[in-house]
Amino acid sequence: MLSRGVRLLTIWLRFAAAAVVAALAIAVLAPALSLWSAPTAPIPDLITLRPGSFAYRAAGEYLRDARPVTAPLLAAGQTPGLSVMRQQVTEADYQRCVDAGGCAPVDGDASPDRPMVKVSFRDAEAYAAWLSRSTGLRFRLPSDREWAYAAGSRFSDDAVPEISEVTDPGRRALVLYDKGADRADGSVKAAQPIGSFGANEHGLVDLAGNVWEWTTTCFERHSLTSATEAETVTANCGVRVVEGRHRAYIPDFIREPRAGGCSVGRPPSNLGFRLVRDD
Amino acid sequence: MTISWKMIAATTLVTVVFSGPVAAADDLNLPRQKIDLVAPPYVHAHEQATSEGPKILEFRLVAEEKQMVIDEEGTKLRAMTFNGSIPGPILVVHEGDYVEVTLVNPATNTMPHNIDFHSASGASGGGDLTLIGPGEQVMLRWKATRTGVFVYHCIPGGPMVPWHIASGMSGAVMVLPRDGLKDGTGKRLTYDRAYYLGEQDFYVPRDAKGKFKSYTTHVDAFADTMEVMHKLIPTHVVFNGAVGALTGKNAMLAKVGETVLIVHSQADRDSRPHIVGGHGDYVWETGKFSNPPQTDLETWFIRGGSAGAALYKFLQPGIFAYVNHNMIEAFELGATAHFRVEGKWNDDLMTQVRAPGPARKTELQQ
Repeated sequence: MLSRGVRLLTIWLRFAAAAVVAALAIAVLAPALSLWSAPTAPIPDLITLRPGSFAYRAAGEYLRDARPVTAPLLAAGQTPGLSVMRQQVTEADYQRCVDAGGCAPVDGDASPDRPMVKVSFRDAEAYAAWLSRSTGLRFRLPSDREWAYAAGSRFSDDAVPEISEVTDPGRRALVLYDKGADRADGSVKAAQPIGSFGANEHGLVDLAGNVWEWTTTCFERHSLTSATEAETVTANCGVRVVEGRHRAYIPDFIREPRAGGCSVGRPPSNLGFRLVRDD
Repeated sequence: MTISWKMIAATTLVTVVFSGPVAAADDLNLPRQKIDLVAPPYVHAHEQATSEGPKILEFRLVAEEKQMVIDEEGTKLRAMTFNGSIPGPILVVHEGDYVEVTLVNPATNTMPHNIDFHSASGASGGGDLTLIGPGEQVMLRWKATRTGVFVYHCIPGGPMVPWHIASGMSGAVMVLPRDGLKDGTGKRLTYDRAYYLGEQDFYVPRDAKGKFKSYTTHVDAFADTMEVMHKLIPTHVVFNGAVGALTGKNAMLAKVGETVLIVHSQADRDSRPHIVGGHGDYVWETGKFSNPPQTDLETWFIRGGSAGAALYKFLQPGIFAYVNHNMIEAFELGATAHFRVEGKWNDDLMTQVRAPGPARKTELQQ
């Protein structure tokens, strides 16, 4: 009985192995096949920003001699030109990626005039990879600095100088809380149609509207020591910078940010993204 | 369903007609005082202890059917309220006082309403004597014989009872001992501020896409809402009628060193209040002041259909979240309120000994 059982199991395993090999072969070939047969994705409307210089408020947290301080305003020097999607990726754009098997399905109406929201950093990265494959171009998410450059006058400086060097945790909490409470006024929660928040000086629409955009910048904590001017940096790439009406730091797998830190802080209303193209 | 509730309402209305005229209260040779109620989370001005004798305290409650926005997404509820707020206002009296309530059901309403005071004795807490249709008013008087915090709610009969309560029709009464609150050894306890937090569960129907539905009338909302209610899983659990109603610019204020009395009621479901970063110095978990308060609690329990009271002296400045410590309800369904506390930080109670920075190898190995 036992030996018969073992023999049957062996036969089954051989069959299963063959099936797995076949499946793997299909899986390996499939992307290449789809590149040949599937229609390429439309190339998004891009706006090319000329090189320029601007002052950039660094993202992340800064401590000097163990006291929390305002992040430095960096003279970003000459910033190279950048091709940026004129608008955020829409529900219809994202649906094409889902249909092609390149993106995870996420709730949405596949609408061509609504920004895709409820997408995580990982979803946005998958979309960029798929769009690059489908168009033969190199698309990616912007860094926070690139986003700030593209946002121009729409960029919100999140420095809170009044609590720089303030160590009283209560004072810090109250100032940050009030700042968050001020921002909450008049905000519309549901994502609005493309163009609802108008264009900035570069012609890019809906920057700092009510859909926040993922960037590639990791959350960093910078610890500076005055005596030695030594700086240590701890990066946490499980948390990325999102940009919009204000900056926020969101774990890369989150699609719907509801609350800020522990019990306090205003979260972004909606998470979406736009891509830049590397030339 | 709509036919059956109308029948229930009609039947009970007839009962009211035959229950006889309400006594004019002139037979009580007591001083009278009219109290203007205030919308929660505030508590109307009151004495914490009184040297005066019992009074007749006059209150006015108006049933109001209306549409209210209950979250930041703009979800609309076909709400029912006492005096326009969820929860209804808190009534504060002293033991031995007579509470004389005029309940008004404006002609603009569509349904019968009444009121059951858990603090009162007999006739369904007054519910049997107060059921009135739109365009009517009624006056009820009950004697405050037991001290504590108590729920009141609408109780119009049949499925109307849970529907009216789940739509917002509950509030609280606080009956203070005439000589004030005391700890377990009889020592007087006082407070610098008082807040009333009514916790409310809502059951808003969703459409096929999962989006919350809104309705043009209350009756339209009834059948769908009851279906959601029967599953006993609320779509919202909130303080003061909406997600975030007591946060941001509406956070409750206090100062370091102040003692705050927090009255918490829930007419439907159990709750477990907790102050993030704080404690319950003295807690009447079941809400009744003839029992000694428990001390130094981290989290306490509010039974559905009851109110509880807690005293806490704030020891640090900052933001203190007052949550239902089922954190799923607090963070996902809305049961979070904030205290915004001004003052000076006490390093002795807490200090950040070393600021965040890279983990040190030697320390990791130890």
